[in-house]
Amino acid sequence: MIHTILKEYTTTSLETVSVWFKAAETSKFPKNGGACVKYKNKQIAVFNFTREGKWYACQNLCPHKMEMVLSRGMIGEDMGTPKVACPLHKNTFSLETGENLNGSLDAIATYPVKIENGFVYIGFSE
Amino acid sequence: MKTVIVIGNGMVGYKFCEKFVAKQESKNYQILVFGEEPRPAYDRVHLSEYFENQDAKALEMASASWYTENGIQLVIGERVSDIHREDKKIITAKNREFYYDYLVLATGSSAFVPPIKGVEKDGVFVYRTIEDLEGMLAYAATLKAKNPNAKAAVLGGGLLGLEAGKAVMDMGLEPHIVEFAPKLMPRQLDSRSSQVLQLKLESIGLHIHLSKATNQILGDKSITGLEFGEDDVLDVEMLIISAGIRPRDELGKASGLTMGVRGGIVVDNKMLTSDPSIYAIGEIALYNQMIYGLVAPGYEMASVAVDQILGKTESLMAEEIDMSTKLKLIGVDVASFGEPFMPATKGHSVIFENKTQYLYKRINVSLDGKKLLGGILVGDATDYNMLHQIYLNGMAIPSDPSKLILPASEGGASFGSAMDLPDSAVICSCEAVTKGQVCCSVKDDGNETVKDVAKATKATTGCGGCKPMVTDLVNETLKSLGKVVKERICEHFDYSRQELYDIVKMKDIHDYDELLDTHGKGNGCEICKPVAASIFASIYNETANKQDTIQDSNDRFLANIQRNGTYSVVPRVAGGEITPNQMIAMGRIAQKYDLYTKITGGQRIDMFGAKLHELPLIWEELIAEGFETGQAYGKSLRTVKSCVGSTWCRYGMDESVSFAIEIENRYKGIRSPHKFKGGVSGCIRECAEARGKDFGFIAVEGGWNIYICGNGGATPKHAVLLAEKVDKATAIKYVDRFLMYYIRTAQPLMRTATWLDKLEGGIDYVKDVVINDCLGIVDQLDNEMQYMVDTYKCEWKEAVENPEIRAKYTHFINSEETDENIEFVSLREQKMPAPWA
Repeated sequence: MIHTILKEYTTTSLETVSVWFKAAETSKFPKNGGACVKYKNKQIAVFNFTREGKWYACQNLCPHKMEMVLSRGMIGEDMGTPKVACPLHKNTFSLETGENLNGSLDAIATYPVKIENGFVYIGFSE
Repeated sequence: MKTVIVIGNGMVGYKFCEKFVAKQESKNYQILVFGEEPRPAYDRVHLSEYFENQDAKALEMASASWYTENGIQLVIGERVSDIHREDKKIITAKNREFYYDYLVLATGSSAFVPPIKGVEKDGVFVYRTIEDLEGMLAYAATLKAKNPNAKAAVLGGGLLGLEAGKAVMDMGLEPHIVEFAPKLMPRQLDSRSSQVLQLKLESIGLHIHLSKATNQILGDKSITGLEFGEDDVLDVEMLIISAGIRPRDELGKASGLTMGVRGGIVVDNKMLTSDPSIYAIGEIALYNQMIYGLVAPGYEMASVAVDQILGKTESLMAEEIDMSTKLKLIGVDVASFGEPFMPATKGHSVIFENKTQYLYKRINVSLDGKKLLGGILVGDATDYNMLHQIYLNGMAIPSDPSKLILPASEGGASFGSAMDLPDSAVICSCEAVTKGQVCCSVKDDGNETVKDVAKATKATTGCGGCKPMVTDLVNETLKSLGKVVKERICEHFDYSRQELYDIVKMKDIHDYDELLDTHGKGNGCEICKPVAASIFASIYNETANKQDTIQDSNDRFLANIQRNGTYSVVPRVAGGEITPNQMIAMGRIAQKYDLYTKITGGQRIDMFGAKLHELPLIWEELIAEGFETGQAYGKSLRTVKSCVGSTWCRYGMDESVSFAIEIENRYKGIRSPHKFKGGVSGCIRECAEARGKDFGFIAVEGGWNIYICGNGGATPKHAVLLAEKVDKATAIKYVDRFLMYYIRTAQPLMRTATWLDKLEGGIDYVKDVVINDCLGIVDQLDNEMQYMVDTYKCEWKEAVENPEIRAKYTHFINSEETDENIEFVSLREQKMPAPWA
């Protein structure tokens, strides 16, 4: 059943976005931190990288033990790559490519984010 | 200007180019590369990763622009169709002609398709190129649309076959592996290790069929199944053939080069074919009557060919080629080296097998017990690097060889250090980097980090399996040079924790971003953020609520995250003293929120299974009942454990409970480099185990004995005596100072025992600082501690009373719903999280 959850999440590139989902006001997200957005049956972790003025989105599911926790992880940077550290075992993932930076776990899916009129939008291809 | 033409742009063909242009002498040559695939060379070893992200770019060995930048002309999507050796020219499928001085054949191999009836049917694939994978993905998608439970088989249970099995799983089809031999990975594993691997793979959902000879592929137009014998049929709707490789040697054959009986172009130890201008490398080269299907020998061949062409004729291919392999198959470590299966006449085997943990280790040693001949590891290959080196270098082994594979016993050092290896030992076999090269890169070229050494030598840049060993070598070499590996917190702060502590205090910095802007670089990470948070807390006694996103996740939510993403709640029960009414209140609240309850090791009650949104609700009720946070989530004081002491106990010398409560309330909320615990015992029978704590008091005739720097946990350590027979006030004063001194000077996540170990002068120096005031700082230490005690506040009370802080306790930012994936099962009349898969 877990593996079917994982299938829900595939990296979406900006070019393939067909739906921009209006998630919430930007002010609801913590500075330099994350929160979880529900879109249909998906859980998406959205991070407000205030220091760089950037936003990132990825699956909330940590591929290590399949728990919905990544949005509660700490964000940071590894040699210039923005990353999130899972709160359960500190596995870190690139917020740009989804790659596991400190191990050989499967990459996580990432999604495009845009900000319009004070709202956060997440891009999906379906 | 001479021209080198390379036919084939696979991993080995690319490696030839990379090594060629890296040489100074290559300036007088131009390189022309032909590849028939539509894209530049990519990493075929990690082909299955394509299923995870479908990002062909991520697999690229180098981008198309790399070839241009290095003056290499790359022609892709154009097959070379003919070689005219007498004119030294080649002709492509588009009928273009090119002349060469040297020709390098690196056409690799194609998948071997056994002559089984029906292989031409729709739904039968080979596993070799990205195009093959794209074909499979498209087919699997249509299958799944019709039947979500569709099955697919992989023909071949070797290394590649199992990789393909993972690919099938990733595509969402039910995976079946069909192998002709009676075991998996027949070239690398013996039957027992194959059984262990099989159990493991079956546990994650692969179906394994061994000893199956496929007679025919069933179905009309598309495949519907495999037939092994009469009445022995496996229904599958897709088949991936991974039954071995065949060299792509047709150009060699057509142009009359000397060929092997069963294919492959014959080469000598210069990688030269029967034509003195033509070299062959990789999986088409037949060297010592063998085709080598691994990437490391292919790279070695590329290196020899480069040297030969550039006139360095003494560079030759080794007589014996090491076929040792270590890999992660579907998340399972599998390694085999040297002679993995050995007849009993040649030596003895030492075998460790534990099917409950899917572990198998076998080593083969010579009859005289002095040399390691080979071995197999399944499930855990951490010993591989060292074992492989011992084998390669013929190093001596312990008289009891089982020490090589069994866990090191307590106190005993594990066998062998990387520094004991000879300089000639090849540490990184992908890039053929020796121990000598790694150490010289540190010693002579001044590289001081693994990253720099990797850049300079290319070690670790292939499969990465040698990284632990290279790290050891770099650190040990630095140490041997007398260079202290500088303690720095992480890439963002070039300071130790103590230096950063002083900076924050001196410059009166109150904000992480300000600290990073003024004394660090970049954007911070999960290492430096909690360190800074701990420093701010230790200096200003601010709670974790103030800068919540730099806190470790547990501190951010003021609770301990547990296995399924729910939290546990631990109110403070100072000294372990609790009234019946408090217990009733706690019980009522735990019942209301359906929490699992357990007594902790620190004499308090832990309530598990609270969902994120329930935390403030639970705490609101606990606070109303008079409880406060127990900081079980923080790097801070946990508990002060006590025995009942002289109030009840007939042996008690003093009131240990009262003292424990007083001291726990004194230090509660103080954040430190790591968690710390205390204990108070009423007599030397030591029922509170105070000597197993970071600080402990034991009542004796005439006062209290103070012990510091003990702990239980992974490396238990008894606390050592700081002072004897002192009164209570003095005891508190000394421990105040000791704790503040520790908080100021310890490295991140260093407990008091390790801190004392590393402190020059040890316990005598601590006595000098806190009792004799040799540094003249005790007044400062006293004041700092008093400030902490005076400014304590319960951070959970702060959180529930502040709507802004409370807002983060919701699973979704845009919905009131909770996480539906959290699953509990029942356990002894309570509940627990559903087990991890």
